[in-house]
Amino acid sequence: MFLINCPYCGERDQQEFKAGGEAHIERPKQPTELSDDEWAEYLFMRKNIKGVQFERWNHAHGCRKWFNMVRDTSNDEIKAIYKMGEKPPSQ
Amino acid sequence: MTKNLRVKSSEYIDETNRISFKFNGKTYHGFKGDTLASALLANDVHLVGRSFKYHRPRGIMTSGSEEPNAIVQINPGTNRTEPNVRATEVEIYEGLDASSQNCWPSVEFDIGGINNFLSPFFPAGFYYKTFMWPASFWEKYEFFIRHSAGLGKSPTSSDPDIYDHRNVHCDVLVVGAGISGIQAAKISAKNNFKTLLVDEKNELGGSTIYENNEFNKINNKTPSEWLKKEIEELKGIKNLEIKTRTSVAAYHQYNYLLARENLTDHLDAKDKTNKIRQRLLKIRAKKVILATGALERPLIFNNNDRPGIMLSSAVKKYSEFYGVACGSKNLFFTNNDSAYESALSLYNKGINVEAIIDIREQSESKIVKKVKEAGIKIYWSHTIVDTAGYKRLNSVSIMKLSNDGTSVTGSKISIWCDCLGVAGGWTPAVHLYTQSGNKLKFDEEKKVFLPNQNTSEQISVGSCGGDFKIDEIIKNLNHKLKDTLNIKETDLDNIKVEIDQENSKRNIWLLPSDKPLGKTKPFVDYQNDATAKDIKLALREGFRSIEHVKRYTTTGMGTDQGKLGNMHALGIIADTAGVKMGELGTTTFRPPYTPLTFGTIVGRNVGKFFDIFRRTPMNDWHVENKAQFENVGQWKRAWYYPFNGETMHQAVQRESKAARESAGILDASTLGKIDIQGSDASEFLNRVYTNAWSKLAIGKCRYGLMLNEDGMVYDDGVTTRLGENHYIMTTTTGGAANVLGKLEDYLQTEWPELDVYLTSVTDHYATASLCGPNSKKILKKIIPDLDLSDENFPHMSFKEANIGNIQCRIMRISFTGEHSYEINVQASYGKDLWEKCMEAGQEFNITPYGTETMHLLRAEKGFIIVGQDTDGTMTPIDLQMDWIVSKKKYDFIGKRSLYRSDTMREDRKQLVGLLTDDPNIVLEEGAQIVSELNQNPVEMLGHVTSSYFSPNLNKSIALAVVRGGKDMMGKKLFVPMENKNINVTVANPVFYDEKNERLNA
Repeated sequence: MFLINCPYCGERDQQEFKAGGEAHIERPKQPTELSDDEWAEYLFMRKNIKGVQFERWNHAHGCRKWFNMVRDTSNDEIKAIYKMGEKPPSQ
Repeated sequence: MTKNLRVKSSEYIDETNRISFKFNGKTYHGFKGDTLASALLANDVHLVGRSFKYHRPRGIMTSGSEEPNAIVQINPGTNRTEPNVRATEVEIYEGLDASSQNCWPSVEFDIGGINNFLSPFFPAGFYYKTFMWPASFWEKYEFFIRHSAGLGKSPTSSDPDIYDHRNVHCDVLVVGAGISGIQAAKISAKNNFKTLLVDEKNELGGSTIYENNEFNKINNKTPSEWLKKEIEELKGIKNLEIKTRTSVAAYHQYNYLLARENLTDHLDAKDKTNKIRQRLLKIRAKKVILATGALERPLIFNNNDRPGIMLSSAVKKYSEFYGVACGSKNLFFTNNDSAYESALSLYNKGINVEAIIDIREQSESKIVKKVKEAGIKIYWSHTIVDTAGYKRLNSVSIMKLSNDGTSVTGSKISIWCDCLGVAGGWTPAVHLYTQSGNKLKFDEEKKVFLPNQNTSEQISVGSCGGDFKIDEIIKNLNHKLKDTLNIKETDLDNIKVEIDQENSKRNIWLLPSDKPLGKTKPFVDYQNDATAKDIKLALREGFRSIEHVKRYTTTGMGTDQGKLGNMHALGIIADTAGVKMGELGTTTFRPPYTPLTFGTIVGRNVGKFFDIFRRTPMNDWHVENKAQFENVGQWKRAWYYPFNGETMHQAVQRESKAARESAGILDASTLGKIDIQGSDASEFLNRVYTNAWSKLAIGKCRYGLMLNEDGMVYDDGVTTRLGENHYIMTTTTGGAANVLGKLEDYLQTEWPELDVYLTSVTDHYATASLCGPNSKKILKKIIPDLDLSDENFPHMSFKEANIGNIQCRIMRISFTGEHSYEINVQASYGKDLWEKCMEAGQEFNITPYGTETMHLLRAEKGFIIVGQDTDGTMTPIDLQMDWIVSKKKYDFIGKRSLYRSDTMREDRKQLVGLLTDDPNIVLEEGAQIVSELNQNPVEMLGHVTSSYFSPNLNKSIALAVVRGGKDMMGKKLFVPMENKNINVTVANPVFYDEKNERLNA
């Protein structure tokens, strides 16, 4: 059970949060310009790696804010947490 | 047979407090402080259970939570009964009733004991091998297997006890209150760390508290004297909380631990009621200090499981701590010095020790010399080759061990005895350490798995960290504490320790016998009857992974999880397969460390708190008027209102007719309501709904369809523009929370530039939906000064009005196709509003209707219900709702997906109406639809999503999704059912009032 440091509320138990999949996948600004393949790339393709992964999390049962997390999926170590819109830390 | 084996008063046993208890129907006596095991041993009862597979008589083996054999049923036949409880952990109390398990008719005479003699026919994997063929016999086999499976009996009535959960936060959690744990907790708390010390036993001090080895001294006192004083000092330390009878069950990541605190199990039966029985502590600790100690391991030799064969450390504890002699002719069998301490402890109390059998060639430690001086015979380089005594050990046979330890030589010596203490060395209790996600390393010299590392958040101290001698323990504890707590000095800096402990040990995982292995029974897992030969058989049959061998032989799969025998299993596998134990690894130690009751796990979440539900402000009225309820998401919604014994069908038919003929009223409070404000609110709605929103006038309502980015319908509802920058959105009842979450997601992550604020107001408003041709007249009666003309208050518009002093928002919108108003008031006025509507509507026979009628009425109109007629694979085009998808808007959520090659396929499943050729037949929802009956395999075209008998049309109607259904109007299809094929015709999904004339009626 993780202890997650919400950037707005501080450390809270994992059960207050909801995972929201891979981070830094921006919704295309002009979807109509995209081919089926390009749109599918945005819509469906997600990484599922063993190792350091960038993820979105939501403090669903708290402040309801979304934020980003860098997590090592092999040992669940949370390496960094930063707000939406902020640059990811360099690895 | 009851003789008293109480040898000496013990300070932990209150002999003034005599307690009577029952075991297998017979009354015995013990004292306050006894466990069930110590009290039975004091009464010379060793036979307490039968093993799982061979039903062999078994006795008490240990004195702690690692007990594999002495597991009993507590309070059988009552609602407090509990199976598989370790007799070594049960503190006796007045009124305790316990019985043996896995035996019939009794533990003394058990029919299942025949299995022991049939054991050659029950090798490892017996069940896998035997019950495979023929496959059709499985059901017959299952009956017998289920009958013989399991140990104790589960309670059959509900648990009368109260359980609780509590969150605990501390700087330092210390697990285990032996010598290391006590010191760690004391130093931590003295250095201002908020400290919690937990121990599974009722007394602090671990095994050191009764350690009276005269050759070991701490500050010139025996370890027990010294530790007692240290414990005395704990009481005055603030910052320190101590919880006894508290067992840590699980150690999760981020120092999150679950512990079970036992509060009433030791109380007299009459004192248990109305108290919390067990509490689950959910502990978040900044640092965790594991001081869980070590478990003594047995030795694996032929027939090593008879009642009377115990761990040497247990024999010592029963004598020192409980003042009980486990036998009158005691024998020890060892590979290290531990047994000598036990033997001396017994000798000093005047308990007879016959001899010590030591597989080592010699040992020169002071304690061995002392034993020799005491005149106790020692057989060096000998091993036990067999034991005798069916229900109680009566003798052992020993032989000389060969130099390489693989065979025996010389002649056999028989020794009479009634108790054998076995000492096979110590296994650090690393279970919690590995649960936390860390790895073990194998120490070749000590033959143990040890924690691979200590971190700033977690350390293992004392014997669970691999230190077995008191001087090592103190020294390593001191520097580990300094490192992890970042402190310079401790009380341990100036402690003087003198010891005489030898680590010399001769480790042989499987001891030889004069008989071939196949003719012996060297038990590795006592509870599951897995022997060394089963393990070897598994290896011969090709199993290599330790996890596979475990499952095939069931080694370590009992309620004790193999705490005693797992190391031997590993050792035997390593020796046989010729690999190193370190390379072999261990099986995974999974939580819980000791079993938890279901009560502890669920805590207070039982009965009506098991799954919480929401009720509308009108709920009391529905209950008073005999509504039947249905669960919609978390809501309890009125389903239908049966009058005078009506069936559901009759009630729904009546309600549906009344709503169309005169007036009906529905509690629509559960619909999700989201208040949307901000200067970009219109733009936001444009982006989330498929249709256009920028031109919606203030005071008007619009139906909207929301898609996922993949183009599939996600939710729908009516949104009303209350002001220039103010909207109120309604969502489906079940979808409210998810819709809000999704909208927040887009606002925060994709469109942070939009000035929009969302607030859930679902609970703030109660909603009564008034519908039918007389709804207007009823509303007029309630709010006489509101102009309800079509010019002032047309369909799809909104008015604010007052009913008396109650402000309300009224939307003229319709989900039934009738002239209809949705009246919203503050939730606290909901019931009042409802009653006013009922009173005003009385002359029009206003009829309350529930969700079932609502579904029927909307189906007559062909209105979809998201989640019933859609399933996450339906686009608006599939639903034949092209009209709601804006062609002009550049973008909205899901738009691009609507012209992916897949979503544009003509043969997608599409929503259609379905009419049965026989209007009285009502299709089953979920029924499959085909076009050909004689095809093989038959192609499924789709399925029925909604189906009702319409009282207003006097025929059955259905909605369905059918592959390519859009172009099938009028086509004949079939719905094949179990006993008949139903002929159906594809129809327009709008069955009733296609021109929407009734909206303005």
